[in-house]
Amino acid sequence: MQLALFIIFGALALGGALNLLFQRHPINSALSLVVVMMSLAVLYWSLGAEFLAAAQVIVYSGAIMVLFVFVIMLLNAGEEERTEGSRAAYTVGIPGAAAIFCLVSFVFLSERGALQSTNIGGDLGNGLDNIATVSSMLFTRQLLPFEVTSVLILVAILGAVVLARKEQ
Amino acid sequence: MNDSFHDFEIYLLLSVLKVAVVLVITLMCVAYTVLLERKLLGRMQNRWGPSRVGPFGLLQPLVDGAKLFLKEDLMPLAVERPLFVLAPMIALGCSLVSVSVVPFGAMTKVKGVDIFEIANVNIGLLVILGITSIGVYGIALSGWSSNNKYSLLGSLRSTAQVISYELALGLSLVGVVLRAGSLNLRTIVDSQSAHGLISWNIFGGFQFVAFFIYLMAAYAETNRAPFDLPEAETELVAGYHTEYSSMKFAMFFMAEYANMITVGCVATLLFFGGASSPFGNLIPAIGGPVVQAILPVFWFVLKVFLFLALYIWVRATLPRFRYDQLMSFGWKFLLPLAMANIIATSFVLAMRG
Repeated sequence: MQLALFIIFGALALGGALNLLFQRHPINSALSLVVVMMSLAVLYWSLGAEFLAAAQVIVYSGAIMVLFVFVIMLLNAGEEERTEGSRAAYTVGIPGAAAIFCLVSFVFLSERGALQSTNIGGDLGNGLDNIATVSSMLFTRQLLPFEVTSVLILVAILGAVVLARKEQ
Repeated sequence: MNDSFHDFEIYLLLSVLKVAVVLVITLMCVAYTVLLERKLLGRMQNRWGPSRVGPFGLLQPLVDGAKLFLKEDLMPLAVERPLFVLAPMIALGCSLVSVSVVPFGAMTKVKGVDIFEIANVNIGLLVILGITSIGVYGIALSGWSSNNKYSLLGSLRSTAQVISYELALGLSLVGVVLRAGSLNLRTIVDSQSAHGLISWNIFGGFQFVAFFIYLMAAYAETNRAPFDLPEAETELVAGYHTEYSSMKFAMFFMAEYANMITVGCVATLLFFGGASSPFGNLIPAIGGPVVQAILPVFWFVLKVFLFLALYIWVRATLPRFRYDQLMSFGWKFLLPLAMANIIATSFVLAMRG
């Protein structure tokens, strides 16, 4: 069951990601990204991290990507145009992406032993009630990173407000 | 081995049956909610409402359905075809899927399958919130792909409105989750079923502030009056579904009413004790096990029905908000109030130990 879900939704995520790159129209790209997010949520769910899956759907697909689509609609962004720069991106980008892919797979393969011994999911593994586990981890052992992240987001919000504010 | 295979077949069969029955009942409810709205609205405006087709106009939904089904499906030339077709499907699909985690009766197991709930999910409440937030795409894409300025304005309004009110909506439910200590909808219902009416979250749990925040935010989420700016006829023709006709229009229409039913279900589950009786143990357990299994469903349906009636009453009573009023109401009033409610609830819970 888990394998079947992994194959189906992994393929869907990959297809969505590729479609995101190849589509010319920003709204189609944004929607492909939504497909990627949803497939990732299903993968999290199949690994037993159901809270993470729900958060992924609500935060990424339901809020962030809706804002993406909203902004694209608001600006009425048209299809992207082909310029010198985009041709250069094609000629350099595809070999570059292939090189990064090779590098990452090399690291994964050479560090196979180390990766196998780590318990993926770790503290979330039991899958029964991982909301309690996630929250107790967040508020005890991971408290400092959690708070620092929230301050970081607050700074980003303030920055956005300052940038968007009109001069009086 | 053979025995377990047999069990699996029964499980599968019962599950498929459950899905089919719930789907059919939900669709019928949607059709008759439309009739209820037209009848009640008519009475509130001192007229009859539909009364010609069948006794008391009861066959009106069937005739409406047939009309919409047989109408020509117009496809304007300038639309973005795939998204134009996809949008009503997203809207209707999302609104129907969220019913699947709603427990509409007491836990009743037949052959190990809980017959009054399609899926008992650990994070049922988050599933409903997630599906609701995906439903926005239906409206957003319909407006954009129609290539029509009124549709686009309607869907922009709607998207902004739904994103803004989603926060207040989600935060208003945190108090209930804190009290129940779980996101499982069954557990939340069980946490308020001890003494009938007085242990419901809205009365005994002192969550009435949360309830009113939820109610207002949910009205905005479902684009209903007094927050129905996305389809304000006087300004935007018909808003995001201006270019839609025939079944595609009907799908948006059904999605709206299915969403109303979902909101009614969630309000019932979270604040009004779900399928539990308002009298608690005051009424003796009469009748056989069948009556005892059906009685909670009756209470549940009654509560949801009252919420639908409230929806219609509000629509007949309140005038539409202005757009800036809508935004400032959501961000400056509902959101801080919801946060204050969370702090007060968690404070009380911490004091109690």
